[in-house]
Amino acid sequence: MLIIQPRPVNEADYSGRWYFLLIVMLVAMTGLIGRAVYLQVLDRQFLKRQGDLRHVGILPVPAHRGRIFDRNGELLAISTPVKSIWVNPKEFREAQIPADKRKALADLLGLSSGALEKHVGSDEHRSFAYLKRRISPELADQVIALGIAGVYSEREYRRYYPTGEVAAHLVGFTNIDDKGQEAMELAYDDWLKGVEGAKRIIRDGKRRVIEDLESIRPPVPGKDLALSIDQRLQYLAYRELKKAVLQHQARSGSLALLDTQTGEVLAIVNQPSYNPNSRTQVKGSASRNRAITDIYEPGSTMKPFVVALGLELGLYRPDTVIDTAPGTMRVGHNIVKDIHNYGVLDVAHVLQKSSNVGVTKIALNLPSKKFWAFYNNLGFGQPLETGFPGEANGRLADYQGWSPFEQATLSFGYGVSASTLQLARAYLSLANDGVMPMVSLVKRNNSPELHRIMSAQTAGGVRAMLEQVVTREGTALKAAIPGFRVAGKTGTVKKSGVGGYSSSRYLSVFAGMAPASKPRLVMVVMIDEPSAGEYYGGAVAAPVFSRVMEGALRLLNIAPDQGDIMPILAAQQDEPA
Amino acid sequence: MNIDPVLAQLRITPPQHVSPLQKFHIDVPLLAGLGGLCTLAFIILYSSGGQDINVLLRQSARLGLAMAIMIAIAQIHPRHFKFYSPVLYLLGALLLTAVLVMGKISMGAQRWLDLGIIRFQPSELTKLSTPMMIAWYLSGNTSPLRLKQLVLAGVLVLIPTALIAKQPDLGTAVLVASAGSAVVFLAGIPWRYILALAILGGSLLPVGWHFMHGYQRDRVLTFLNPEGDPLGRGYHIIQSKIAIGSGGIYGKGWLHGTQAHLEFLPERSTDFIFAVFAEEFGLVGCLGLLGLYLFVLGRCFYIVVQAQDNYSRLLAGALTVTFFVYVFVNIGMVIGILPVVGVPLPLISYGGTSMVTLLAGFGMLMSVQTHRKLLPNG
Repeated sequence: MLIIQPRPVNEADYSGRWYFLLIVMLVAMTGLIGRAVYLQVLDRQFLKRQGDLRHVGILPVPAHRGRIFDRNGELLAISTPVKSIWVNPKEFREAQIPADKRKALADLLGLSSGALEKHVGSDEHRSFAYLKRRISPELADQVIALGIAGVYSEREYRRYYPTGEVAAHLVGFTNIDDKGQEAMELAYDDWLKGVEGAKRIIRDGKRRVIEDLESIRPPVPGKDLALSIDQRLQYLAYRELKKAVLQHQARSGSLALLDTQTGEVLAIVNQPSYNPNSRTQVKGSASRNRAITDIYEPGSTMKPFVVALGLELGLYRPDTVIDTAPGTMRVGHNIVKDIHNYGVLDVAHVLQKSSNVGVTKIALNLPSKKFWAFYNNLGFGQPLETGFPGEANGRLADYQGWSPFEQATLSFGYGVSASTLQLARAYLSLANDGVMPMVSLVKRNNSPELHRIMSAQTAGGVRAMLEQVVTREGTALKAAIPGFRVAGKTGTVKKSGVGGYSSSRYLSVFAGMAPASKPRLVMVVMIDEPSAGEYYGGAVAAPVFSRVMEGALRLLNIAPDQGDIMPILAAQQDEPA
Repeated sequence: MNIDPVLAQLRITPPQHVSPLQKFHIDVPLLAGLGGLCTLAFIILYSSGGQDINVLLRQSARLGLAMAIMIAIAQIHPRHFKFYSPVLYLLGALLLTAVLVMGKISMGAQRWLDLGIIRFQPSELTKLSTPMMIAWYLSGNTSPLRLKQLVLAGVLVLIPTALIAKQPDLGTAVLVASAGSAVVFLAGIPWRYILALAILGGSLLPVGWHFMHGYQRDRVLTFLNPEGDPLGRGYHIIQSKIAIGSGGIYGKGWLHGTQAHLEFLPERSTDFIFAVFAEEFGLVGCLGLLGLYLFVLGRCFYIVVQAQDNYSRLLAGALTVTFFVYVFVNIGMVIGILPVVGVPLPLISYGGTSMVTLLAGFGMLMSVQTHRKLLPNG
């Protein structure tokens, strides 16, 4: 190579300019290096933490809500994983999604394009809006696969109720955030709900979760809950009550079936009901568990307790004779009436015929204080203590203000109010030889708290009389069950309204137990305002009792106790298989 | 002296000393430096582009075209550059005017001229034609510049600069203005004029502020206080400082930069690619990259000093300054010592337009260097 000496090209020597320029460049480069050293060495820790702050985040991990079972482990409520689709409206708008993609998105989610535009066009500063919650994971994956900017999915749980309407009133439901809203879901929310966990994640600049780093706190799933009901009996009761309410064009109905010894509720149903899995059109009135929250005057179904107190106090015996002629009776300024003039009846037939005059005569012989205490001990006006939200106590006025007429009306079930479950609880004392257990809506692990209300002898005596009700001569032949002895009492209650009692609107009630020799089950059926013609308790409520009780006795393998059936069974057993 | 340059070289130099590269007027050290930078570009583009091989394929196609143009230009004798300087300058000014009248608006700025087959950015041409023109005008000067010359040269710089700033493209305007000013400075502007200009410029700053676009003002304000609006206008700078700082001394390793890969860093393959590089390769990598740039600049400077005629020297100097301004403005912006100005990192950033211009400039530098021996007396 040739070496050529640089030489000045100008007469004036400006070579200094070149070296000045070179120095400027070197100084500038040194400045860059200095700045790099400052950022990467001196300020490194701070900037690294700033970076972590931006891309490392903590995300809640939803906890599985506890399941609800019936007493035999049949599933009543379960949380299944679902996904929710949300949108970042700002991102969505900025990405200028073409119309065909928008349409595909709206179609997949079942939204109208107007609804979609509303979501994404919402408030300028929002960066989060749900498009559709709780859809199947498969559908959500399809939506995400469209690859639309600003559209994301997140995992949630959806509560599913396999038995639908059947146990809706007891189980209740949760809201969209999986919090209990009604019934046992609400009452046992703390038990059922889990504790949300947390995990550390890495996000990208668009706030998408890229990677799970570690679990900070695992979610604690909620505890399972076993209810006292038997789903088979629940379904049976649901089916028969619904049929009866339809058939009699009634406003509503409720039914409670209890285990005599443990006080556990084996079935509790109401009409109208609702589907907890799709509650879009549920009216408040349909979601009430009427058997627990609604009270009414029990009418003639109270009469057995008056007789029981008469026996208990030794004032009456089943064969004590009472003259009910002429079928009316003046008490103070009022008149108590029977439907017919029954003439002279013994105590057993007072119940069998449901004579108001007869029971009034007994009641007026009872001391008010003891009368009140007896009703009070039976739980009238007293809480059920099931913990069920909206549980009603009913009403029983203090005896000190009672007039003789009030005492008379209390004896045939007016002036006192109770819910279906309260009435059923009171009947437990008759069924369980005088001892009344506390009722329970959850499966019992230990023996129930017991209250002795009357002697076993008294209870047995009243039961025997109540068996006579379920006969051709009694008011409730339709409550009979082939092969089983049934004891019970009808009630046909005039509804009270503005201006006194109605003569056209009735409650049709039946309270009973089986097998009467040693009752295992107690049931109360109430049908409100049957308006298809029949309205007597023995005609409307008793058949429901019969059908549900018959099925329940079979399902629970309870042996028949009616004498004339036994030989047939015995004969069947004798035959060669 | 109308001798074929190749033949002339063959006559002067013993044949055994002529390598094929020299025969084609290629400056080997410069080519080596450029090759090193392009290699680094591919490595970091693979990471910042999300490990997409198509990004590299497109970039190598552009690089191939730009290299071909560089080699073609290196074959041209510098005197032809000088001869065509006024023509190119006029053409550039006309095209810039055309852009303003009928150009294509893209990304909020009017920079492109649609010629049917190709879209062309006339401001790129002026990056070369403006220093050529000033060098042409001042190369005959043998004494300190007179005021008249200075004013005329100033107007020649200002016309393309103003037209580009109007598009608006502040980055290119800065490059064109600095290239033109570099020629004026090197041609011999007296220091007292420089002082006067500095005072005048300082007092005109508020006026310039008045004529700036809103977003340009925001950039300046953001530069002065990026934390003032961390999610909005300060976002770029904060994210890029975090990326660079979290790289530390040795970096997070290739493909392991979180800021870049998690899409926190905007423009990570183009204007802010230095931040990706700094995050993944750390201070050591930065020093290496700056070293490579210094090597190229040093070689350019050597070519400037070796240039034999005034025009060549002024042109080579202006091109060197342009290259330096590219590097300094881009890294200065990414590293947070200069306001955000849209200037790519030369030869590293993804994109073709600036690369073609840059390598064309290097072609001129090679031409100046390799045609030198045939002009013993200017």
